[in-house]
Parts: sequence; structure tokens; C-alpha cells
Amino acid sequence: MFYREAGQFKKTYAADMAVFPILQDRIGIAVILIVAAVVIPLTGSTFFISSVMIPFLVFSLAAMGLNIVTGYTGLISLGTGAFMGVGAFACYKLTTIFPNVNIIIWILASGIFSAAIGAAFGLPSLRIKGFYLAVATLAAQFFLEWCFVRVPWLYNYSASGAIQVPQRTLFDVAITGANATPTTRYLVLLGIVVLMTWVASNILHGRIGRTFMAVRDMDIAAELMGIRLLPAKLMAFALSSFYCGVAGAVMMFLWYGGGEAADAFNIRQSFNILFMVIIGGLGSLIGCFLGAALLNIVPIILKFGFPAIGIAIGSETAEHLNHLLVGGLIIFFLIVEPHGLARLWQITKQKLRTWPFPY
Amino acid sequence: MDILQSIFVTPFLDMAGAPDLLVQTLWEGLVSGVLYALIALGFVLIFKASGVFNFAQGIMVVFAALTLVGLHEKGVPAWLAVILTLGVMYLLALTVERFVLRPLVNQPDIILFMATFGLTYVLIGVGEFIFGGEPKQMIAEQLFIPRGAIDVKMLGGRVTFQKIDIAAAVIASVMIAALAAFFQYTRIGRALRAVADSHKAALSVGISLNQIWAIVWFAAGIVALITGIMWGARSEVSFGLDIIALKALPVLILGGFTSIPGAIVGGLIIGVGEKVAEFYWGPLVGGGIESWIAYVIALGFLMFRPQGLFGDKIIERI
Repeated sequence: MFYREAGQFKKTYAADMAVFPILQDRIGIAVILIVAAVVIPLTGSTFFISSVMIPFLVFSLAAMGLNIVTGYTGLISLGTGAFMGVGAFACYKLTTIFPNVNIIIWILASGIFSAAIGAAFGLPSLRIKGFYLAVATLAAQFFLEWCFVRVPWLYNYSASGAIQVPQRTLFDVAITGANATPTTRYLVLLGIVVLMTWVASNILHGRIGRTFMAVRDMDIAAELMGIRLLPAKLMAFALSSFYCGVAGAVMMFLWYGGGEAADAFNIRQSFNILFMVIIGGLGSLIGCFLGAALLNIVPIILKFGFPAIGIAIGSETAEHLNHLLVGGLIIFFLIVEPHGLARLWQITKQKLRTWPFPY
Repeated sequence: MDILQSIFVTPFLDMAGAPDLLVQTLWEGLVSGVLYALIALGFVLIFKASGVFNFAQGIMVVFAALTLVGLHEKGVPAWLAVILTLGVMYLLALTVERFVLRPLVNQPDIILFMATFGLTYVLIGVGEFIFGGEPKQMIAEQLFIPRGAIDVKMLGGRVTFQKIDIAAAVIASVMIAALAAFFQYTRIGRALRAVADSHKAALSVGISLNQIWAIVWFAAGIVALITGIMWGARSEVSFGLDIIALKALPVLILGGFTSIPGAIVGGLIIGVGEKVAEFYWGPLVGGGIESWIAYVIALGFLMFRPQGLFGDKIIERI
């Protein structure tokens, strides 16, 4: 009743091709942004911000990265965790070598290192396809994971192999390190995620994004239409790794605050992000957020929700239950809606448009 | 120059200098190669028949081994425990076919792949609930798996062969021969090959896809149980073993997803390559290269044959 485009006329091509063509969508996105930027920092508890919102945003960013290469370009990558790790280590090295440059610049710049490495490991994609490529990207995962442990230069020769995030400020407010409040870290992260989402949306709606989708749908046909496969595929890998790298950097700097990076960026992390992309919806930006939200909330509910309503479950049982539930959820969602939560969201919007007279 | 020499000359001098060590390394590589091949075999069986890239094969190995050990701990005699475990694997095959594969028929490959991921997590969860998270000891003696080692004097030194490794190699060969015969000479085997060639053509001559899939998953379950016994007897049975599925993946891409001989040859190449590289070249870069060298070897082969050594040629049409 409230959600329909009757009376909204498009007068230009640009207006017709807008990302949010319907007025209600634009209002909706503005409301979400206001809630995220104003309401949550003001009213959210420390626990909610640091254990729910920050991981959610970090994983959304990583899922966006994987979605570019897997969802939009159709190349399955299982090396997400390692590319995130490259970003985290690049950011750490950069900020310890050049401590005077603003950390936000380094967080974004670390994506460039990740992109270069991602493109290098994307080279086989021209010759290898499908699951063969998926397994080949595992080479990147294991090789980089090994590097994170065996190259002491990366973690500045610290004895434990862990990295410690130094304190860095923006306008004299600490945004990383031990003194940064969760709210500051959250706001910085939110800014980065919104910026990167906006950029991704523009890239993917433009010529580059269409190139990716043509390659996904049938790469030989795309080649016949004049798309050069090698630049297109490498670009997809580089762009994807850029997003993953930034996600890794913010994960280490704005969420973890240090620790053994090799553990945080192992193969399970790659799988975890792949789940988010699949459950959220391949080839959809909103799907990244929905998938990250779902897979992020399930463990938290199990860990804190059940004890809160009086059902005590041990941490070990919670972990077992978590495995069981995540696995069950994946199968359930794949059977109910193989195109993910994003498709469900689309169907809901379509129903809303014609409600209450569906015919 | 020193670096080049230490890469290209010294390892080979080492090999020639101590041939008994080389034989020992090769043997160890062959044995782990046989075990990789066994896991890869389970993958290939399912991929051939249903086109599903079954990531859950690794966890099926653990699940089968845990069921066996768990049943024996409850006081069931070993032979009965084996039979009961086979029953459990059959039930698992039926369940997977009914609740995962059938609703997802005709979906894109990646969706089915993800479904087996979900299955992996479910199996981990169920297994942990029933058997707990602690590692368990495989009941090797009760299953008549020999222990101890044979020392053989050769090439001016001694080479040690673990009896259990010999047993593993023999059992693997017997099983592969049995599978080959099953595929080649039985009615069901013929049906399996028909399904592998074309689902639609197989359906049109009256082969029940649902039945075939259940049978194939059961066959993969049997392979998983045997792999679990052999692997468990060498170390212990725990959920850490699911990482061996990742070890079998380079074997698969090396040999080709659709080829049983490919799985075996690939397994042996990867097993030997991994051990030799770790032993002779690993120290140069600080060791521990076993975790990724297999992928590099496989990638090297893939560059020349994108469908693996024995895989079906990939023909793409527009």
C-alpha cells in the first residue's frame, strides 16, 4: 500500500537507471543510514556495538569482496581468508614503517597490496575453470597462510608471532589500539563500509560490472563479443582482493586489535565468508549484508541468547549446536531459496508492491 | 649461485649419497599417497555419478571411524561394530539422498557444492554431540591390523617398513580392484556408468536416479570407513582429521574429477612429491611446506592439462 511507484515518473535515462529508482527505497536507505550512524552509537550498548555491529560490518565487507569474484564473475574462490590476511599484514607493516601517515589511508592502501597478490593468484583462472579453479585458489590460501607464520618480517619479529595494533588517531581521537572506544571504532568502520559499498555499487552497475557478468554467464560468448578475458578476470580478482584486503585490515585494526593473524585468516574463515555469500545471494550487494547478518547473529544468539532466557548451555555444547545449526541452515536455505536471502527480499518487495490485490 | 646450487644440486647429491634414505622417503610418500588416493576415490565416485563435488567426504571418513570406535566402546564386538557402522553409512546415504540431493536436483553445481558444505557442518555437529570432541584410539588389534615394523637391509643402509602401511597399501589395492570390477561387470555398476554419462539418457532407459545416488553415497561411505580405519590406526580418530579432505583436493584436480585411475595416480604423485619436497627442499625455506606444496604440484600439471591428467576433456559450446 505504501510501497509502490505509482506516480513516480522518470524523465531521464539516468533517473531510470538509478540504483534506487523508487522513492520509498531512497527513504528506506536514508533511514537505515541514520539508524546506523546516529541511533546505534547513541543508544547501543558496548556489547552490542563491539560484538554484533563491528563483526557484522567487517564480514559484510569481506563478503562483498568474495561476491565480486564469485557472484558477479562466476569464479569460485576459496582464498578469501588469505587475501584478508594480506590486507591486515600490509596495513600493519605500513603503519609501523610510516607511523605518521593517517591510519585510514593505510587501511585503504593495504587493499592495493592484497589486490596485487590476488591478481597474481588469479592468473590460472584463464586456463582453469569451475571446481578446478576453486581448488587452485586453495593454493593461495595455504601458501599465504604458511607465509604468515614463517616470514617473521611480517609480524616485526615478535616472539609469539602475534601482532599488536598500535594506537593511531584521527583528529586527535584514538581510533585504533587499546584506548579507542568501541563507538569510535564502529563509526570509522561504518564510514569505510558505506564508502566502499557506494564505490562497489557504482563499479558493478557500470561497464566493468557488466563485463564481469558477461564473463560469468558464458566466458566464451563474452570473448566473442569483444571482452578480453584476461584483463576482465584479473580485474575481478584484483577488485575482489582489494575489498577482502581492506576487510582484513579493518578486522585486525578495528575489531581484533591484535593477535595471531594466521589463526584469524585460516581456511575456515574463507569457508565462513563463502557461506555468507551463498546464503545472502550470489551476485547481489544487499545479499552480502543479509548473509553476514544471519551468519553473525546465529552464534551470538546461541552463546548469549539462550542463557539470557534461562536455558543454560555449556560453551562446548553451544559450539556443537552452532555447527549443527549453521550446517542445517545452509542446507535449508539452499533448498528453500537457492538464490539466497537477496531473492527472498526481492520477492517480498514485489509482493508489497501489489498488496493487497495481488492480481 | 649458492642459492641455485642449494636448489638444483645439493638435494640430488643428498639423494645419491644416501639411497636408503631416499627409498624410505619414497615409501612414506607412497603410503600417504595411497591414503590420499582413498579419500579422492570417494570424491570421484560421487562426482561421476551425480556431478556433486562432495566436500563432506573428509568428514564422512571421520564420522565412519568415530561410529566404529564409539560402538566398540559401548561393548559391541569388533566384527559387529563394522557391520553396524556400514548400516549407519547406508542410512546416512539414504538420508542425504532424500533430504539434500533430491530437493536440490538440477541446481547449479555451486549450490550442490555448498549443500555438501552444510552437510559437513551437520555431520561435525552430530558427531560431536554423540561422541564428544576428544580424540579416540582406533581399535586396530581387534580388526587384525598388524603392528610393528619390518627392517630391510638395502643399499648400504636400513629401510623401515611399518606393517600397517603395507596392510594399508594391500587393502587399498584390493578395494580399488573390487570397485573396478563392480563398475565393469555388475548390473548396478553398468547403471552407475550410464548415470555418469548422462542423467537424462539413464532416466529414459528406466534407471532410477534416486536409487543410484543412494548406492553411490553408500559406496563412498564404505570407502570412507576403510579410509577411516587405516588413517585412524596410523594416528588417532578426531575431528582434526577433516583437514585430510583438503589434502585430497590437489589429488583430485591432478588426476581429474571423473577418473578413478586418476585419483590413484594423482594420489601417488602428490604423496611422493610432498614427502620428497619436504625432506629435500623444505629446509631451504624453513620447513612446513607440506601444507601447500601439493597444490603447487597440482597447479603445475593443470597448466598443461586443465582437466587433470585423466579427466574427461572439457568441451564447451555456446
